[in-house]
Amino acid sequence: MSKFKKKKSGDLPPISTASLPDIVFMLLFFFMVVTVLRDSNLLVQQKLPKGDQVEKLKKDRSVFIYAGKPGAGYEKYGKEAKIQIGDKFTDVSNIRFALEELRRKLRPELQDKVMVALKVDEETNTGLVTDVKQELRDLNLLKLIYITTPGNQLDN
Amino acid sequence: MARRSAPEINAGSMADIAFLLLIFFLVTTTIEKDKGIARQLPPKQEDQPEDVIIKQKNLFIVNINKHDQLLVEEELADLKDLRQAAIDFIDNGGAPSGTVDYCNFCKGKRSPESSDNPEKAVISVQNDRLTSYKMYIAVQNELVAAYNFLRDREYMRLYPNRRASFTEMKKAIDEGDITGAQADKIQEELQAVQDLIPLKLSEAEPKKSGL
Repeated sequence: MSKFKKKKSGDLPPISTASLPDIVFMLLFFFMVVTVLRDSNLLVQQKLPKGDQVEKLKKDRSVFIYAGKPGAGYEKYGKEAKIQIGDKFTDVSNIRFALEELRRKLRPELQDKVMVALKVDEETNTGLVTDVKQELRDLNLLKLIYITTPGNQLDN
Repeated sequence: MARRSAPEINAGSMADIAFLLLIFFLVTTTIEKDKGIARQLPPKQEDQPEDVIIKQKNLFIVNINKHDQLLVEEELADLKDLRQAAIDFIDNGGAPSGTVDYCNFCKGKRSPESSDNPEKAVISVQNDRLTSYKMYIAVQNELVAAYNFLRDREYMRLYPNRRASFTEMKKAIDEGDITGAQADKIQEELQAVQDLIPLKLSEAEPKKSGL
């Protein structure tokens, strides 16, 4: 019988944790790759209105226009709602230049299919949005999308 | 010469460091999924086209004032009733049977006072410059919801073997869950339903505030 006796009876071999760093690194790289650091620094307050009848935004063919009151840390710009395109505040009359600049950054084959994404704070007056829309009509950028957050206005 | 082999570096804490980094990226990641209400602006016209006459009964006027109050068809209304009111209006099918405008799928009251058929029905939204954007979007959302409700209903009626609604199918196509010939076929079906119930929202240029 002694021939078959186990040499180390009882204690389990320890589980090797040598591959744990590899697994964690794999996850780490995944998150590093998918993380998008905000490309434009938000200067305006952004509490988007709620909506549930939404469509998905095609990011590769859209340019963003932000609007709202100057956000935290930018109070010196006043309390009136402002328009932000790219990294800076823009006047209604300057929208065309700022948008043109953004449009050139898109892939050439998508430049004709531009969709304008409006990210507007819910406290803004519609007048400002109307001005922007008039300007967009002048520029012949007719596709737009009002970005909303999930939810319904009726629920609160 | 005492040649000592270099001591092995203890890699036990490597996992901890990696975890720390991992948690940092987990926290900072915002996988941005922007969604919103898509709209097509009317193109700018150089010469003023002739005024298209729309019969009063085919027009559904939604007015929002600067205090965010709603006036639907000249009556004060609540936001929560807007969707049903819009559905009733679009789905009315008021044209008498036998005429070209007759709507054979409408399930509304068929009141001669309201719209003839979904194709003729136009919803006009007028708002003040001081209306809040929140209210504006809420109204747009409700009106799109009314159209989606009817499109869902018609899609399920016309293509019952799909076992999905118009919005579900549209979402599946948008997200690329369905591809190839199948997608083209569904796209055609969606287009057919869209033509049946076209989204006709007109936006008047807002009036000057304070009036």
